[in-house]
Amino acid sequence: MASASSEATGPGPAPAHLAPSVARSVKILVVGAFGVGKTTLIGAVSEIPMLSTEETITTASVGVDRARDTKSTTTVAMDFGRVTVGRDIALYLFGTPGQRRFWDLWAGLADGAVGVLVLVDTRHLEESFEVLDQLEEHTRLPLTVVVNEFEGAPRHAPEDVRSALDLPEGTPVVSGDLRERPRAVEALTTLVEHALRRQTEGSAAA
Amino acid sequence: MQTDGYRDHPVRSYVLTGGRAHPTRNTLRPETLLCTVDDGRRLPASAGRHQRALLETCRGTLALAELAAYLRLPVSLVVVMASDLIDEGYLAIRSNPVHDLPAADLLEEVLDGLREF
Ligand SMILES: Nc1nc2c(ncn2[C@@H]2O[C@H](COP(=O)(O)OP(=O)(O)OP(=O)(O)O)[C@@H](O)[C@H]2O)c(=O)[nH]1
Ligand SMILES: [Mg+2]
Repeated sequence: MASASSEATGPGPAPAHLAPSVARSVKILVVGAFGVGKTTLIGAVSEIPMLSTEETITTASVGVDRARDTKSTTTVAMDFGRVTVGRDIALYLFGTPGQRRFWDLWAGLADGAVGVLVLVDTRHLEESFEVLDQLEEHTRLPLTVVVNEFEGAPRHAPEDVRSALDLPEGTPVVSGDLRERPRAVEALTTLVEHALRRQTEGSAAA
Repeated sequence: MQTDGYRDHPVRSYVLTGGRAHPTRNTLRPETLLCTVDDGRRLPASAGRHQRALLETCRGTLALAELAAYLRLPVSLVVVMASDLIDEGYLAIRSNPVHDLPAADLLEEVLDGLREF
């Protein structure tokens, strides 16, 4: 795993190059509150060890400390993985925290994405509101909500999750233990099917 | 944790990369596939160690984000370095950037691929 280090040219893992046949790439964003399972999902499908980069973002402390109106910079880690699909397509999965203060980071990521997997922990549903608000406010990307079934978490029917989160019409909801690769692959498949459906419907939904 | 100070001083990444602006930059995304041009041409002696490390790392196809991770540099800095190297002919873009939403036929191919897992 490539972790942050001070020496840019120091020895790290050998690069895992793509097969020479791969000449196209697509990406899916994996967002959600802290600890909701983003890294777990990406790791379950990635063909390479998880990689991460750090970006410096400027955060305006909106509403928190109006009197001082400060701006500060923070370092945010972005995890990602990769899986080759078919003969010549590289699918990248970028995981970022979804809260509003990180919007600058994923704004740059959202352009050209297939869609977004929104990870949800039903024990802390309210933490997902801000993430969904940000997505609706800033993008028109197709979403799929993934309910991570942590042990001891209450189980809810997809319909209940959909109404509790007030999801846009037609947004798929899947659930499962994301440590299992088939569940993670199912989440991706569901999102891509949804994205395709939206396209062939002539992007009717505004 | 941070001994390389450019993150604390954004201006330095600009200096590191020569402070030039290039249109290539706008076409580079984290998922853009890149590959070092293998034509035996050497970087000028004035090239920095980050540039050399980038070309060395990219001797096979990698996405820009992967380059950044291996080089332990921020994506934003690697965008600038890579676009310079592309404009100078040392690095090539392997994939066409997808703008807005990926086309339906591409999505279908992705789906077919995922279903094989
Ligand atoms: N029981 C159970 N545990 C899980 C599941 N998914 C993730 N976990 C665990 O939950 C913890 C947090 O998961 P991560 O994947 O690190 O979450 P994250 O969203 O990447 O967290 P941050 O990057 O810190 O925001 C880890 O200890 C995982 O092993 C799941 O489906 N079931
Ligand atoms: Mg994580």
